[in-house]
Amino acid sequence: MALAVFIEKLQKRYGSVEAVKDVSLQIEPAQIFGLLGPNGAGKTTVLRCLCTLATPDAGKLAVSGVSVLDNPKLARQKLGYVAQEVALDKVLTGRELLQLQSAIYHLPRGTAQQQIEKAIALLGLQDWADKKTGTYSGGLKKRLDLAAGLLHQPDVLVLDEPTVGLDIESRLIVWDFLRQLQQNGTTVLITSHYLEEVDALADRVAIIDQGTVIASGTPSELKDRVGGDRVTLRIREFTPPSEAENARAMLQALPFVQDVIINSAQGNSLNLVVIPQSEALMTIQQALKQAGLPTFGISQSRPSLDDVYLAATGKTLMDAEIAAASQRDPKAERKQNMR
Amino acid sequence: MSQTVTPTPADLNGSKVLPNPGNTPVSTFNVNEFIQETLALTRRLFIQLQRRPSTLIAGIIQPVMWLVLFGALFQNMPQGLFGTSQNYGQFLAAGVIVFTAFSGALNAGLPVMFDREFGFLNRLLVAPLASRFSIVLASAIFIATMSLVQTAVIIAMSAVLGAGLPAPIGLGLVVAIVVVLVLGVTALSLGLAFALPGHIELIAVIFVSSLPLLFASTALAPLSFMPTWLQVVASLNPLSYAIEPIRYIYTHPNWLLGSVVMHTPFGTVTMAIALLILVGFSTAGLLAIRPLLKRSFA
Repeated sequence: MALAVFIEKLQKRYGSVEAVKDVSLQIEPAQIFGLLGPNGAGKTTVLRCLCTLATPDAGKLAVSGVSVLDNPKLARQKLGYVAQEVALDKVLTGRELLQLQSAIYHLPRGTAQQQIEKAIALLGLQDWADKKTGTYSGGLKKRLDLAAGLLHQPDVLVLDEPTVGLDIESRLIVWDFLRQLQQNGTTVLITSHYLEEVDALADRVAIIDQGTVIASGTPSELKDRVGGDRVTLRIREFTPPSEAENARAMLQALPFVQDVIINSAQGNSLNLVVIPQSEALMTIQQALKQAGLPTFGISQSRPSLDDVYLAATGKTLMDAEIAAASQRDPKAERKQNMR
Repeated sequence: MSQTVTPTPADLNGSKVLPNPGNTPVSTFNVNEFIQETLALTRRLFIQLQRRPSTLIAGIIQPVMWLVLFGALFQNMPQGLFGTSQNYGQFLAAGVIVFTAFSGALNAGLPVMFDREFGFLNRLLVAPLASRFSIVLASAIFIATMSLVQTAVIIAMSAVLGAGLPAPIGLGLVVAIVVVLVLGVTALSLGLAFALPGHIELIAVIFVSSLPLLFASTALAPLSFMPTWLQVVASLNPLSYAIEPIRYIYTHPNWLLGSVVMHTPFGTVTMAIALLILVGFSTAGLLAIRPLLKRSFA
């Protein structure tokens, strides 16, 4: 069976900016695939190339075995694309928008009606379908946009940051909905810069940074590859720097502790990387007690995808976000996205 | 006994049967699909109009104001000054019909530009449209309908103001002229909507081009009033070739295709030639935007 999505050595530049340098992805059917990376990493550009909105400079793209560049119309048929910015016609009602959507995908009248009712029910839009989309909240707009994206039952649903700016309730609805789609055999490709989202939803993840894939695999594999458990330790609510430094030196000497970092942004808490073992927390607490130090809080966890990102790039996703934010030109990007 | 299995059309549509559909570009144009998408896009524009009728209301008030107020300006002009027109109102009617249709069509690009800016156009571009020309056609159908409603009001209003009413065949030709002009100008406006960076630039182009095209045409005064240089400009202005035939129809119930409707500095122009020039202009407009649409719609 053909791969749901096949991307090989994709390259795309906008003027002097190399938005995508080298991205290859292979997505099996009926998977949720997460494309994770900070803003400006090139996630959206990959999706735009896949959905025929941008022409790549080099590389191969295929959807369910259909070459996107050679046969764009058939590829469009197999794709559903839900952009990051929800673009609805505020004068139309939700149902009218879905009718328009079904017509531009050439659904026969009967099928269209069925699909529209199904989509409205699936996304809980019954009370809103006949109201103008101009009256919708952000969450409702996104849900309608998702409904529009799946009317023609695409093989692959492509979602660009589907939960950015959504309230918790809408976010959970979207998550549930994506899991349901997957159970019905639809492949879902989502981008996100929320680690928890990708961690919770995705079967496989590719982490992308500055236009390049830096790691890919199942979330669990990626975390295992980074290795070690994470222990977060707060000696006091706000630990004096000197005390934190002393504790660091002492803990570093423990045989199972691999690394200790003082997190000054979190009241000088200590972040430890430890070789997984059951007694870790107790041993650390005992060591602190012997040194006459209290324990305000201590917790142990597996590495997160953020640790994966940190290990691969040497910076946290948050830092990358902040760095990217200062370099971006929103006006130029808007122009790129205009066709 | 072995049997040759012929794949049914249903099999051919299944992606599993085709070994490698990606290597054979399928570029069959499906007329039914084209009609379906064009109707859906047109419907959207009419729903917008129905819920926001202000454009149509303003589009009717404006030409009526032209007729009433501008018509009154030259009401006391000596008879015979404006060629064969009996009064300035009758002379002006043709100009207002054409200029109204022209400005409506010139604005056709604006909604498309906003669709580009808000990302709604992307929704259409990721869809497997039979032809992206349906986006252009939907706009043209909508604008032509609007223009014909406006034209009907202007003709009725002019009749009330004493301009008379052409015979049915003449009215038919007026409708045809309006539709041809609207098609050409709509195409150009949509071309601009895809070529220019944003709505500010589009509005600027509309703003600077509409009034000069009005004044440098025969809408408000006959060629014979103008200095030679302006006569030359007005004779190059496609609007004049829509205005003069309509004006001729108004004043000559027995018009023929061979009747001379204009005396330009380059020579006399008959009804048939004026219409040909107009059709040529619109065809050129439609052809001119094709490479542009292709590029934007790669």
